[in-house]
Amino acid sequence: MHSVVCIKQVPDSAQIRVHPVTNTIMRQGVPAIINPYDLFALEEALRLKDKFGGTVTVVTMGPPMAEAALRKCLSFGADDAILVSDRAFAGSDTLATSYALSAVIRKIMEDMPVDLIFTGKQTIDGDTAQVGPGIAKRLDYQLLTYVSRIVDVDTAKKEIQVERRAEGGVQLLETSLPCLITMLEGTNEMRFGDLDDLFRAARHELKVWDRVAAGIDTVEMIGLKGSPTVVSKVFAPKPRSKRAELIESHDSDPKNLAEAALAKLFTQHPNLEQEIAKRAV
Amino acid sequence: MAERFDVIVVGAGMAGNAAAYTLAKGGLKVLQIERGETPGSKNVQGAILYADAIEKIIPDFRDDAPLERHLIEQRVWVMDDASYVGTHYRSEDFNKPPYNRYTIIRVHFDQWFNKKAREAGVLTICETTVTDLLIEGGKVVGVRTDRQGGEVRADAVILADGVNSRLAVKAGFQPEIKPENVALAVKEIHFLPQETIEARFNIGEEEGVAIEMAGKISAGMMGTGFLYTNKESITLGVGCMLSDFKQQKISPYELLDRMKTHPSIAPLIAGSEMKEYAAHLIPEGGYNAIPQVYGDGWMIAGDAGQFVNGIHREGSNLAMTTGMLAAQTLVELRAADKPFSAANLAEYKKKLDDSFVMKDLKKYRRMPEIFHKNKQFFTTYPDLLSRAAQTLIRVDGVDKKTKEKEIKKSFIASRSLFGLIGDAFKFWRAVE
Repeated sequence: MHSVVCIKQVPDSAQIRVHPVTNTIMRQGVPAIINPYDLFALEEALRLKDKFGGTVTVVTMGPPMAEAALRKCLSFGADDAILVSDRAFAGSDTLATSYALSAVIRKIMEDMPVDLIFTGKQTIDGDTAQVGPGIAKRLDYQLLTYVSRIVDVDTAKKEIQVERRAEGGVQLLETSLPCLITMLEGTNEMRFGDLDDLFRAARHELKVWDRVAAGIDTVEMIGLKGSPTVVSKVFAPKPRSKRAELIESHDSDPKNLAEAALAKLFTQHPNLEQEIAKRAV
Repeated sequence: MAERFDVIVVGAGMAGNAAAYTLAKGGLKVLQIERGETPGSKNVQGAILYADAIEKIIPDFRDDAPLERHLIEQRVWVMDDASYVGTHYRSEDFNKPPYNRYTIIRVHFDQWFNKKAREAGVLTICETTVTDLLIEGGKVVGVRTDRQGGEVRADAVILADGVNSRLAVKAGFQPEIKPENVALAVKEIHFLPQETIEARFNIGEEEGVAIEMAGKISAGMMGTGFLYTNKESITLGVGCMLSDFKQQKISPYELLDRMKTHPSIAPLIAGSEMKEYAAHLIPEGGYNAIPQVYGDGWMIAGDAGQFVNGIHREGSNLAMTTGMLAAQTLVELRAADKPFSAANLAEYKKKLDDSFVMKDLKKYRRMPEIFHKNKQFFTTYPDLLSRAAQTLIRVDGVDKKTKEKEIKKSFIASRSLFGLIGDAFKFWRAVE
């Protein structure tokens, strides 16, 4: 069984903020991590390999620094890693990215057929959830999104059964291989790789593919040219509530404390006192 | 694991990277094991880099090491609650390359240093904790890690696993670290625009200022504070003896919060954004706390061996130097085709004794005890100094002779004449 896992190195969005004046994203000092959803996809692929044997290839499109993310995947147990990196890819939106990645996967298939493609359900920086489905469409693969569990794989019949979280319930779906799965979060727990995997990851000769190596002849479909999406404005939404206020009181009597809190409340909401009085009657 | 190495280095801090790099350059096969996610991710330092130590290992480090600012001004402040009495030393000599001291951010610097080691041939693996030393017949023959299939063998192991070396304690090479021999330091990194920093400290691009603070900043405990300028941020922190924190029941972050509101410090960091908080232990026991640093198949370098000169705030340079000397010992032994036995590794101790590391630590060996036993250096004296300075500076119609008398009286009232003479003598004995 050959699985290809598409991952993305993203800024840790928990540590990102938008500049209050310029509205630009402040990336200073923000660490780069593997998109957390992708790790569930990788672990699922590794589990299939544990069960049925085979190969797990990890692919990412990104700048040279994304090498760290790929090495990490290797240390978890992935067999091979390909960094798709070329200035021509800069500025790609989801349409262009899925175009480039599907070209890469076609190229991989020239060496070894691919049974399953995994992605996370979405990235934490773009939040679109479009690249996975885009790849499936371009490769004409079956598409299973928001998969919460792989129930069974019949390698002889080339069939797969999965549970998919849908609105209002869980769907049990069955389809034929090859197919593309986007994994839901919380579906598994990433393993702690063996020492051998770490050694292998540190020594692995990473494949770096540029546009030509990826088998993409023209620049029309990739990068800014291949990206119809326009970001017209970025802004931080206004916080919905004001900051909580700490009411200090140095009285030990709970009654006095409660009264102090109430008094504060009533000064903020003058109608509240009358309203309560009215209802009490 | 079947693969063997000549040497395993535990840790990828200053000592570990220095050792691994030197070993690989000397032609040995090295495995380096780091517990953090990346080299430097667990490491905390002020941080000031002294060029000399790294220069001896990587002479052209300035070409590509991530350095923040070179220091052109050193301030030493003795503080009470509202003031400081201080000396500032600024010299254009510090502005002539090659520069002598730099501020650095350890996570960047350590990654660079480790990259150099890997380029030299070291195999570094991260997110892996060495849980035990493999000992056979009294000889260290490898390590056990927390990973599956995690035993690796080597002819020698260098413990560069930092302050509070669990490995050395577990193997019985040194006792548990004592609270009175270790400081707990906390620090924050505050981001400010580069121009703001340069305006506030009266410095140009790439120039930096370091402030070391003593006195009541440590709330009567044995400790000091510091403030360093980085390119786009200011690092400030404070450290005190762990035993003092325990006794005074002050939490470290409270101390740091108090420090940030000091009228001499608050304006320097006003409007900044705090991006990072870190806490770490610092060995402060000095010469007398240094354990046995070598044995059959093992050596200790850096903080793990208590190699810190607390008085001069030097640690990373001692770490690099001890790591380098440990590695050189092994390289020389291998070249002479000699085994890494305890008798042969004694050469490491000899190298240490001949270097500035042991000479400096020996010189200040009485210091920790004196400061422990004489808390007036952190309470009474800062107040007295501040009051004396103010009495002299304030022009109020009182003649100078009377003022001097008043100052003298205030000193004697607080410490008695014998106390003063005694303190001076103790201090002199300690630094002599």
